[in-house]
Amino acid sequence: MDAIILQILNGLDKGSAYALIALGLTLIFGTLGVVNFAHGALFMIGAFCAVTLSRILTLSHVVVDSTKTDFLGRPLEVQVPYVYDIFGEATGAAVIDWAVPLSILFAIPVMLLVGVAMERGLIKYFYKRPHADQILVTFGLAIVLQEIIKYFYGANPIPTPAPAAFTGSFDFGAILGFDPNTIIYPYWRLVYFAFAAVIIGAVFAFLQFTTFGMVVRAGMADRETVGLLGINIDRRFTIMFGLAAAVAGLAGVMYTPINSPNYHMGMDFLVLSFVVVVVGGMGSLPGAVLAGFLLGVLESFASMREVIDLIPGINQVVIYLVAIVILLTRPRGLLGRKGVMED
Amino acid sequence: MFGLDKKDTMLLLLVAALTALAPFLLNPFPEGSALAQFNAGYPDLMQRFVIFGIFAIGFNILFGLTGYLSFGHAAFLGVGSYAAVWMFKLLSMNVLPAIVLAVVMSGLFALLIGYVSLRRSGIYFSILTLAFAQMMFALAYSVLTPITGGETGLQLALDDPRILDGGVETGGNIPVPGLFGMEMRDSVQLELGAWVFTFNFGYYFAAVVMLIAFYIAIRIFRSPFGMMLRAIKANQQRLNYTGLNTRPYTLAAFVISGMYAGLAGALMASMDPLAGAERMFWTASGEVVLMTILGGVGTLIGPILGAGAIKYMENIISKINSDILHNWFAFLPDGLEDLLVTLVYPFIGKGWHLTLGIIFMLVVIFLPGGLVEGGQRVARLFKSKKTDSSAAKPQTEPGE
Repeated sequence: MDAIILQILNGLDKGSAYALIALGLTLIFGTLGVVNFAHGALFMIGAFCAVTLSRILTLSHVVVDSTKTDFLGRPLEVQVPYVYDIFGEATGAAVIDWAVPLSILFAIPVMLLVGVAMERGLIKYFYKRPHADQILVTFGLAIVLQEIIKYFYGANPIPTPAPAAFTGSFDFGAILGFDPNTIIYPYWRLVYFAFAAVIIGAVFAFLQFTTFGMVVRAGMADRETVGLLGINIDRRFTIMFGLAAAVAGLAGVMYTPINSPNYHMGMDFLVLSFVVVVVGGMGSLPGAVLAGFLLGVLESFASMREVIDLIPGINQVVIYLVAIVILLTRPRGLLGRKGVMED
Repeated sequence: MFGLDKKDTMLLLLVAALTALAPFLLNPFPEGSALAQFNAGYPDLMQRFVIFGIFAIGFNILFGLTGYLSFGHAAFLGVGSYAAVWMFKLLSMNVLPAIVLAVVMSGLFALLIGYVSLRRSGIYFSILTLAFAQMMFALAYSVLTPITGGETGLQLALDDPRILDGGVETGGNIPVPGLFGMEMRDSVQLELGAWVFTFNFGYYFAAVVMLIAFYIAIRIFRSPFGMMLRAIKANQQRLNYTGLNTRPYTLAAFVISGMYAGLAGALMASMDPLAGAERMFWTASGEVVLMTILGGVGTLIGPILGAGAIKYMENIISKINSDILHNWFAFLPDGLEDLLVTLVYPFIGKGWHLTLGIIFMLVVIFLPGGLVEGGQRVARLFKSKKTDSSAAKPQTEPGE
């Protein structure tokens, strides 16, 4: 029992990342009808927003501390971040410590801008072209984006720690009445799951309860009619592209403490996210979220020792296997609408 | 000739001449000169040109003719490599049985994967093939280590059985692949003044195989079967409505292109008897897509051009470093020289993937027909100066 709960918990954080990326992919596909292979790169750019902000915050100048001396007897030179000068030492240290959560504020405008620029500058010209062309051009864009990041940040993973308050682990079992230390779970992963839940909820609420969202949903159902009613649907879809980019970016920002960001992390997630979208049903937002969590949990169950002993290698292939079975038996995916990209 | 019409015969002869003379053509700069680094006429790279040429020709039979975009084609390349290395280990260092087994094995895998994947089309087909290839990669990397060598890759060893070569004395060295006594790495060097030309047996063997593969591809393109594949790309629904079952045709195209990939994999293993799982990774599948698109989808010569262009860039551009750049721009004033070097530097050396990505995007956006279409446009530009009427003629679109 405790092992099962532990695996479910383990699957949740990866599932959250899948769900967030797949949600963005589906938003783009559902609104603009574009298959975006550069979506993983947006996830990666989000992660590097966190790296950038923490580098900006730790920008330092040298101050000579005359009270101390180094081993040669000279006055000690201390690196003092500019943040200390602005906020004072205690607040400054806290600001640097909380760099990753603060990056959310930094990443939202950056990602919106990147998304809108991408849509206006490139994707716009590919609506009428075949899906293969869309895949190819966004694939090229993904290569370019990740090489640019590699040029500026290098090829090695850059550790970006979570705030000190979240570094420990949480004894989940103790609450549920199991022995202590049987189900322990890092705090930050709980934060990630909660964060993902909030973002997903916010996106759905935005689409469901605002006029803007209503128009977008109408446009997803029948773009032409909405256009005929005199509504500038293209502009709204562009904003939705920016929003999808921001969702992917935020998923990346918060993922940095779990996995140190490197330039190809986006591609690693992209392939799996596409599988998630297909399993959930092309164009279905709830499907993408459900499939994301489902496959995340399934993956972590498949990596249990007992399962691997039974079927060797299953942990590596379970997601693909599920995708193949789903595609062959239920082509529209778990929650896909009938008739949308079913052939 | 060979059952081809005049134009195709000319094309085949042209490609044959180019591959035969490649050691000269790719080595235009004298040894030791500043431009010698642009020489591509060394065996290793020339072998890669023709081997990836075969891979891309095969991929083009599927993508160019039927329009099915497979994102997992490297899996067959990997299967071919593994099969070939196993043949070297168990049977003989002669490359022929290795190639035969590799083609058969990759054909079988393609039959299996194609049978399942071709039930869907469009983006679903791409994702299915991608899923299969990733699965094969993951398994080859982990569970199948006894067969594939896992992370280190499959290598030859001194105590391999090599049943047919049993009596041959190896002298304590691992034997190298060959063809009836000729070794793949045998080379003859010819020095003409400052130029050094290398003629490598492995290259010529691979080149002959590529010419045969190219000839078969031309025959497929011009056959009724090829016509049927083009019809599937143009409008599959209409074919279905006329009562035709298209699946046997697409499956045949998939298997053929999988066998081409296996052939390329076997040749790769023949030149360097080592097979690793990374050959099956999805970036390798992406690479062959890039080659085909860059050269020209659905054209005969395009994939070969694309494979050559990408392999040339990979090997030559990635070798340029900042010192060489400083040498090039040395004639400029110092400030301008540094500025130019800083501007160009991100695109060369380790940054060659950036150049590749940009070129690829530009090709997809502005030149969907690839280098071949670019060539046609330039040719049309010159023609239209002579006679305006020829420009009005309808152009034959590739693969449509």
